[in-house]
Amino acid sequence: MTTQDSDSSDAALRRTPLHDAHVGLGARMVPFAGYAMPVQYPAGILKEHAWTRENAGLFDVSHMGQAVVAGPDHEAAARALEALVPGDIVGLAPGATRYTQLLNDAGGIIDDLMVTRPILPEADGRLMLVVNAARKDVDYRHIEARLPGGVRLEPQSDRALIALQGPKAADVMTRHAYEAVRLAFMHAAPARFDGIECQISRSGYTGEDGFEISMADADADAVWGALMAEPEVEAVGLGARDTLRLEAGLCLYGHDIDEATSPIEAALAWSIGKRRREEGGFPGADRILAELSDKPSRRRVGLRPEGRAPAREGTAIAVDGETIGMVTSGGFGPTVGAPIAMGYVAAAYVAPDTRVELIVRGRAQPATVTRLPFTPHRYARADNR
Amino acid sequence: MALRYTKDHEWVRLEGDTATVGISHYAQEQLGDVVYVELPEIGKTVAKGDEAAVVESVKAASEVYAPVSGEVTAINDALEAAPGAVNEEPTGGGWFLKLKVSDPSELDGLMDEAAYKTYLAEIS
Repeated sequence: MTTQDSDSSDAALRRTPLHDAHVGLGARMVPFAGYAMPVQYPAGILKEHAWTRENAGLFDVSHMGQAVVAGPDHEAAARALEALVPGDIVGLAPGATRYTQLLNDAGGIIDDLMVTRPILPEADGRLMLVVNAARKDVDYRHIEARLPGGVRLEPQSDRALIALQGPKAADVMTRHAYEAVRLAFMHAAPARFDGIECQISRSGYTGEDGFEISMADADADAVWGALMAEPEVEAVGLGARDTLRLEAGLCLYGHDIDEATSPIEAALAWSIGKRRREEGGFPGADRILAELSDKPSRRRVGLRPEGRAPAREGTAIAVDGETIGMVTSGGFGPTVGAPIAMGYVAAAYVAPDTRVELIVRGRAQPATVTRLPFTPHRYARADNR
Repeated sequence: MALRYTKDHEWVRLEGDTATVGISHYAQEQLGDVVYVELPEIGKTVAKGDEAAVVESVKAASEVYAPVSGEVTAINDALEAAPGAVNEEPTGGGWFLKLKVSDPSELDGLMDEAAYKTYLAEIS
């Protein structure tokens, strides 16, 4: 049998402040984006996945990049960022978070990121960013080179990030950071967690209700330990993080989106607000606005293979023997209980229920184009709480 | 007969001229949760070292190689509905396939339990 080399003993790998906690829990550590990260704990990916859907999973995501775009006021900082992303940043309410993408001049995605406007008036003008671990160096260079005078980028490299995700996350948070439970989905505020200064947002990457807690590196162990002591909480590794986000239909940078894909091709048009569509003024606006009105030549869709064989990233998608697309993320959906995938298909095949074939190990396996997500999102939106 | 192991972490058990094949406890542990097993057609002839099956964990697909040459006489159909048996009983109910062995002397080159343990200690 072939086994992957998952040696993480390489001294060059960076460690998060929670490295020893993971090792103590018996995690299997693997290299990911230059960090030694827990891919799974002894429970295993299927159990960690199910635990998150039913209880509350705890994730160390300290490898992700946290940074601040700082300007003299909100308008100036937001205008500077809007020159780089298609999301409406100027229109963000205090305490609101928006998902958007850093774009290159061709409208391709350099990275996808979260942008939060501080809720406190005294911090206004300091937009908080969370970017992908593997892209932070590229992102920071790109942003720094393009900010106007008076606006600067401040990487927060001494901060950790912990995500608590699942239907019992809010119950758990009530015991440690009561104010955070009042937040609606995609909102954030500074809060004390057992007295520790944190920035807490109601957000995540699993499709479940949950929180992302940012704190100084030195406080990470205390927050992690307090949450692990709760009966509803178990540690969850990157393996289940991937199956959870795939079921939730969320993009993984470098797989489902990259510098060649536009947000419209990636089915992320929802993240581009009305004002930005009318005004343009973001990189690649010509292409993106044209794709919005004329439909892109290809689009990201969900795929349900028939049978049990997973279709992995790189699997060709065909119709009548002709290749019409490619799988960009694929595997087994533990909650769905069957193989699931996402990929790009030519415009003629994007409609739900379109029949296609996935070429797995040389054999054509029937599959159906489906709507995303595979499992319904259960976010604590402001309008349904 | 006792189990024999390959360096690729397959095991084989010879009874008469029939060899039962599966993957080792170490292999299933490295893979993590198994969610799919693709087995060959009965009647297929495989040479030692050929790809005989595919085992897929949540994370990835891996080939399983024939530890000895022979003709496939049986496959473990139960793995289709319950692939987790590979994790739970890798050397028991989680077997993959049976081969009618063409050259029993091919087993001589494989490791016994003690040699495999030493080998695992060397590679980890």
